[in-house]
Amino acid sequence: MVINRRGAVVRIWITAAVFIASLSSSTLFAGPKIESWQTANGARVLLVTTPELPMVDIRMVFDAGSARDGDKPGLAQLTAALLRQGAGDWDADQLAERMEGVGANFSTGSARDMAWATVRSLTEPKALNTALETLSAVVAQPRFEVADFNRVREAMQVGLRQSEQNPGAVVSKAFFATLFAGHPYASDPGGTQESLAAMVREDLVRMHKTYYVARNAVVAIVGAVDRKQAEKIATQLTAGLAKGQPAPALPAVAALAKGVTKQINFPSSQSHIRLGQPGISRDDPDYFVLYVGNHILGGGGFVSLLTNEVREKRGLSYSVYSYFSPMRQAGPFVMGAQTKNAQAQEALTVMRKTLQDFIDQGPTQEQLTASKQNITGGFPLRIASNKDIVGYLAMLGFYDLPLDYLDTFVAKIEAVTAEQIKEAFQRRLQPDRFVTIVVGRAE
Amino acid sequence: MRRSIWILLLLWCSSAAFATAQVHEFQLDNGMKVIVKEDHRAPIVVSQLWYKVGSSYEHRGITGVSHVLEHMMFKGTEKYAPGEFSRIIAANGGRENAFTGRDYTAYFQTLSRDRLEVSFEMEADRMRNLVLLPEEFAKEVEVVKEERRLRTEDKPTSLTYEQFNAVAFRSSPYRNPVIGWMNDLDNMDVNDLRSWYRRWYAPNNATLVVVGDVDAKAVLALAKRHFGAFKPEKINGPKPSKEPPQLGEIRLKVHAPARQPYLLMGYKTPAVGTAAEEWEPYALEMLAAVLDGGSSARFARNLVRGQEIAVSAGASYGAFTRLPGLLLLDGSPAEGNTIADLEAALLAELERVKTEPVARQELERIQAQVVASKVYEQDSVFYQAMQIGMLETIGLGWRLNNEYIDRLKAVTPEQVQAVAKKYLVQEHLTVAELVPLPMAVSAPAKPAAGGRHGH
Repeated sequence: MVINRRGAVVRIWITAAVFIASLSSSTLFAGPKIESWQTANGARVLLVTTPELPMVDIRMVFDAGSARDGDKPGLAQLTAALLRQGAGDWDADQLAERMEGVGANFSTGSARDMAWATVRSLTEPKALNTALETLSAVVAQPRFEVADFNRVREAMQVGLRQSEQNPGAVVSKAFFATLFAGHPYASDPGGTQESLAAMVREDLVRMHKTYYVARNAVVAIVGAVDRKQAEKIATQLTAGLAKGQPAPALPAVAALAKGVTKQINFPSSQSHIRLGQPGISRDDPDYFVLYVGNHILGGGGFVSLLTNEVREKRGLSYSVYSYFSPMRQAGPFVMGAQTKNAQAQEALTVMRKTLQDFIDQGPTQEQLTASKQNITGGFPLRIASNKDIVGYLAMLGFYDLPLDYLDTFVAKIEAVTAEQIKEAFQRRLQPDRFVTIVVGRAE
Repeated sequence: MRRSIWILLLLWCSSAAFATAQVHEFQLDNGMKVIVKEDHRAPIVVSQLWYKVGSSYEHRGITGVSHVLEHMMFKGTEKYAPGEFSRIIAANGGRENAFTGRDYTAYFQTLSRDRLEVSFEMEADRMRNLVLLPEEFAKEVEVVKEERRLRTEDKPTSLTYEQFNAVAFRSSPYRNPVIGWMNDLDNMDVNDLRSWYRRWYAPNNATLVVVGDVDAKAVLALAKRHFGAFKPEKINGPKPSKEPPQLGEIRLKVHAPARQPYLLMGYKTPAVGTAAEEWEPYALEMLAAVLDGGSSARFARNLVRGQEIAVSAGASYGAFTRLPGLLLLDGSPAEGNTIADLEAALLAELERVKTEPVARQELERIQAQVVASKVYEQDSVFYQAMQIGMLETIGLGWRLNNEYIDRLKAVTPEQVQAVAKKYLVQEHLTVAELVPLPMAVSAPAKPAAGGRHGH
């Protein structure tokens, strides 16, 4: 939690927050009641009605992330950014005025799997109608004006330069590029100077036409709207979309043939360390076992084994973590830390040994119990806000997970045994074939 | 900077129309404040304990001590071993952390509503019974230095901001970074923390804020049980550190390995509580929002789009600080433009605010955002507690929350113009430019500037 922009310093930030937030559990608590249906043109809709506050969160997601960039890295991100720059009857100024004039929060964006357009609005009719009308134009009728295209592309090129001065960004790019070499997940969502320079407006038009279509869309709605209102909302938001096709399956991720270690020289006081291998997809049968196991290893914040060994016992790093990032295809298993350059090898050695010991011995019963208590006892925290719930709905819809996912999560967590964790970690992780990237000054 | 407006907006909060939840304020006999806001939307509770101490209470030589102490608050009491606090909260399904700012240090736990007592018991224990083991301190201060390297030393824009503050303020403690100067961290010892802990960690220097699915009376009873027996201490507050008037423009350059130039400008401005006129800070907030209150505001519209001079341009101002601060402008030039071009464009926008009254529609758009964000913020118990805790700890009182929106709505175009003319003047300006140095690393490695101070 960074509280204000520059004034506050916190004890740790949770690097794997996105991953953690996309998981869930339940104790005796059931999840919220989810309703789901399809629009006439084939978009999937998920709804949770929360009547308490006069507001609604809407998240439209498309299988239109950078995994769909093909030979044009940066295309998905540029396309998503351009959606905000003009659509239907409105240019960028007018779009912004419409949304902000009714107090709506509005964003578009993309990651490797997903692209999204989101809005948070009051349910007061004038505000909601304006927000919906605007959002439906944004997803269905983007203008992709050449002037906007050129400006946003340039901003992305500047963004690439900014990321080159950030050792954390450098290590992350190199890690993905090496780990997923040959797979669509390898290239950076931000693209390259060359790929952006070569892009033309028609590339975006094609991207939009192919992937921003109803059968490739999920609409998640959470707020003070009932089923009938939500049906109208979903119909309105998708009305302008062509029916289209779901995006084709992505290729499977190949296992690494051998370990790769790279040192990238960088003028920083710290070395940023990243190591790992291909992990699991969203529907992997080992998912719950690996989730609980990783919670013990490096996912459970201050009480994880990695934090204990690297930070608490040795004072080597402010942030140290591990996580499985489940994606459409096998996303990465990642371990990471940063430490002053002279200590990089020591930190790396401790991280590797902590992992190897865990793979060899598995968790103790005590560790397992503590982790389960944290995951299940914290279940109400995970679904306490509309913001939390809409994130779950989008994930469930996008990855086609069962609607009782939240209701059954606790039972699945509770069912995990120490033996299963040990067996799964031994079977799934091969540290001798890890990709290891260190960015900093070699000492 | 892009996110600054949302933080600003989130601070604009519960005026009468949506102030559905009742806030209950109590004071224990020992002077500790307990503020409870019932919110029964979800079966959870957040507990935050705020202390009136932060980096602006620190003096030369011990900068960063508040933050290091915050780290050490997890490192053991007479009753609980180092790390035990976190383990127990985790085993209860909780999330916990802490944060230090210029004007406050706060500790929080978010839990299922039936676990609140776990938090009170341990939070009370470490208010009075911290042991501060030297061997734990020795490790933890190294963690803090790594945090400093991560957040500041290796981030050229953060480095620029740190250097900027150090020259923008002459005497105000806002010149020092919250995390402390590396030299001071290198020379800190556990006794510095002991005296800091003794000086500030007492019930009458703390505010306990609880928001969630709880009963206010029951929370009070619980607070009495765990905190009520502590004796108050005599708290000698920080000495006044009034910033002398700035007598002319200040300019600095920060040379650091980087790829993208960056400009940061700041004008001395008053805060709520220090302003000549009560309305001025609110007019300054409206002014910052006119410039950068979203994608329809002037910077995005005219500088990022329009003239295409900036890839990003921001404005921010915080009315709620203990001491007077700055109205900040920052940005990165677009391709083919220089830092000088960007500065001229930002200044031209300020000039326009000074010479032309702001349009009604612009103010209305900002008000619409404020009114909506007041509803949105109720989606988070954590944020609701934050606002109460911050206002209390700065000394303004949580009730200001309820007046805030009306004060903003009362701001006229003429008042926006008036504060622009009065405060955005060249004599009170500081301008920092990040000048990128080549990123190439020459072998053998040399230490980065200020980056490595070995023990």
